[in-house]
Amino acid sequence: MSADLLRLDGVGVRLGGREIFHDVSFTIRAGEFTGLIGPNGAGKTTLLRVILGLQPVSAGSVLIDGAPRAHRDASIGYVPQKLSIEPDMPLRVRDVVSLGVDGHKFGIRLPSRARRELVDEMLTAVGAQRYANSRVGELSGGEQQRVMIAHALISRPRLLLLDEPLANLDISSEQGIVSVLARLARAEGIAVLLSAHDMNPLMPVMDRIIYVASGRVAVGRTDEVVQPEVLSRLYGQHVDVIRVHGRVLVVAAPDGTDHEAAAAEDAEIVR
Amino acid sequence: MRYIFEPGFFSSGPVHIALAVGTVIAVTSAVVGVFTVTRGQSFAGHSLADIATTGGSGAFLIGINQFWGYLAFGAGAAAFMEMIGIQRRRGRDVATGVVLGAALGLAALFLYLGTEFSSTTGASFTILFGSMFVITSSTVPALLASALLALATVVVLARVLLLSSLSPDIAAARGVPVRAVGAAYLMALAVSVALAAVIIGAVLSTALLIGPAATALRVAKGPVLAIVTAAGIGVAAIWIGIVLAYDSFYWPPSGRGWPVSFFVVTLIVGGYLLTYLRRDRPAAAVAAERPDAEQVCSPA
Repeated sequence: MSADLLRLDGVGVRLGGREIFHDVSFTIRAGEFTGLIGPNGAGKTTLLRVILGLQPVSAGSVLIDGAPRAHRDASIGYVPQKLSIEPDMPLRVRDVVSLGVDGHKFGIRLPSRARRELVDEMLTAVGAQRYANSRVGELSGGEQQRVMIAHALISRPRLLLLDEPLANLDISSEQGIVSVLARLARAEGIAVLLSAHDMNPLMPVMDRIIYVASGRVAVGRTDEVVQPEVLSRLYGQHVDVIRVHGRVLVVAAPDGTDHEAAAAEDAEIVR
Repeated sequence: MRYIFEPGFFSSGPVHIALAVGTVIAVTSAVVGVFTVTRGQSFAGHSLADIATTGGSGAFLIGINQFWGYLAFGAGAAAFMEMIGIQRRRGRDVATGVVLGAALGLAALFLYLGTEFSSTTGASFTILFGSMFVITSSTVPALLASALLALATVVVLARVLLLSSLSPDIAAARGVPVRAVGAAYLMALAVSVALAAVIIGAVLSTALLIGPAATALRVAKGPVLAIVTAAGIGVAAIWIGIVLAYDSFYWPPSGRGWPVSFFVVTLIVGGYLLTYLRRDRPAAAVAAERPDAEQVCSPA
């Protein structure tokens, strides 16, 4: 197995004096598709922000290629949770993707043919070439996700972080996004770390799972982690894992607290 | 031709200064304005204009050029806003009620005292609504230098401002000092408002900042085209406004020209309204009607 691309070692996070995470450790390797799964409010976004260097840790370390992460790390691409882009924002799809190359730089840049071709290539890779010249604020949620994935990919990252990219998407957009990401992981060797409150759309493509609940994580192969004993220990309360027609439901006991009930609710969404 | 350009238009010194300074300031305002609208900071622009009014009337009271008053108060207010985070929505409500009201109240006092002492009632009008034909040639270099500074700041920051507007988190993760960039932009905004105040008045300065930009964003899709369109609209409004104001000297009531700012603001608003006559509907309406579903794109 190749060397670890990303390693979290004993990471603790405190927000407003409250401990959100305690002793979180996991690794991500090149070309792996990892699901960061957990109920809403479990801290998935916070963990992604830790990896991005946007959230300071109170304990432990975040290593990229075995070294502490640099202030700006070009090896990580990031697709944040659904953006609120006003339709009057003067950014076409190709402008957004182009900002993925040099949006962090000062000064101006003259248009170039090589740049244009690179942008077209990325848009084709995510299936967004059809609306390349539309305003990004006029697109649907699924279309914007594709554009933001192209934006993140154009700087050739080795690790792609996506925060709830499947939230609020219809089923066909959801499947489209998942297959684009799976192909990138397999063909390009990009490590994909994707957060979701529902693991089911990811079941066919997920190599590993990082299950987040109660400020802790359970990490491993999907079939190892998604077990009643493992998840009950994580939640600190009995939960059942029900498999039906290839789908997984994580269900808490009826007297569960809000936290567990929320998890059960998320898993119960009928497709 | 004769009836468009009344006699003396091309030989008038004040007209020359008005055209030159007006063009540079119109371009600066329009370019800065595109980012103001994109970043959703029109409100900050308006607040700066109100506070600049106080600065301008204070400068008049102590007998220095109003531009320095606009600039000092605008820049001071921008620094204060940055410090207390007024751009955030919650801070805005408090500021609107308290600070801006107090600023305009002070402006009223300064203008009253100033006109009492010097009995030049025209000063109130100049500060509030501007007058391009009374720009003294000694302030021209300062105006041009300030305009170029604001313009250069925004050009240098263009890409990081766009990325930050798209997502501050992505920008921060890629090493952009988002807060510092926002502060530098706010300063450029304050300078640009002070400049616009000189030519169309402190109260109307937001019109030159937001109007051409808002119009451009309705007709141009990409950032470069939007900036060029906004600049074109701003310059056109200033030029046509100056010609009409000069001509209006011969309109009733004869012997008194109409204010330039009236023409400029009317032209800008007219241009904005014209964009609603286009056949295709505004983007917002299309987006609102569109379900959050896309046609299935076969994953290539």
